[in-house]
Amino acid sequence: MSNRRSRQSSDPRITDDQIIDLVSKLRLLLPEISQRRSDKVSASKVLQETCNYIRNLHREVDDLSERLSQLLATIDADSPEAAIIRSLIM
Amino acid sequence: MASKHTIATRHAQGIRARFASRFLRSLLRVRRSSNRFGGSQSNDEGIGKRIRTDRIKIAAYAAMARAVGPRRTWSRALLFKLRNRARIHGVSRKRCLVSEKKRVTRNKVVAISREPSRADTLRKLVPGGDSMDTCVLLEETAHYIKCLATQVTVMQSIADRLLL
Repeated sequence: MSNRRSRQSSDPRITDDQIIDLVSKLRLLLPEISQRRSDKVSASKVLQETCNYIRNLHREVDDLSERLSQLLATIDADSPEAAIIRSLIM
Repeated sequence: MASKHTIATRHAQGIRARFASRFLRSLLRVRRSSNRFGGSQSNDEGIGKRIRTDRIKIAAYAAMARAVGPRRTWSRALLFKLRNRARIHGVSRKRCLVSEKKRVTRNKVVAISREPSRADTLRKLVPGGDSMDTCVLLEETAHYIKCLATQVTVMQSIADRLLL
């Protein structure tokens, strides 16, 4: 509790095994690495791939927002698209 | 094992549905407000379109953070940041800048002896990451990635639906 501000990974309450376990769980969520052979991937690589993956997802959200913005501009109030949106919400 | 998987899938479907309904409602609101300020055609060029894009992006992150709720550190941090942004957007930016400076000096004092590790890069990408220790950071990252991927999938399918 008192060490909340310190970011050392040599915190005695966290074991290396716990970190290894969490990193392997994280690895399973990444799209590329989970297809390669298991034990050969380092924690550093997993963290790096995770950062890249998150950045990619953020960029995809930006692109999709722009696409949706364009599509939204072309929808009239009574068009079938607006009805689609309303029906999806109900 | 099988029951854990079904629980996880049901949980994921719950978040997906909650996010989708919130986000769709926000989309309609954005469309209504952008149509109110001038015709829809004239808003396609320049500032109007960028504002709309930003509103949609914020609506997506807000909808996901609300769908997750306050039980995750990252969603709490994201909701906090979005609420502050909404408040400051209407008033003034001075208060926000002052608090940002304080946070930066605190970080500098701690990190002065080592170079940024990969975990630190990750901390900057995950909302609320600065205040997490490594263990919590990895757990939160895993959940954050799952929700982000769901967010992207739902936005994608909405965009595809609107095209047809």
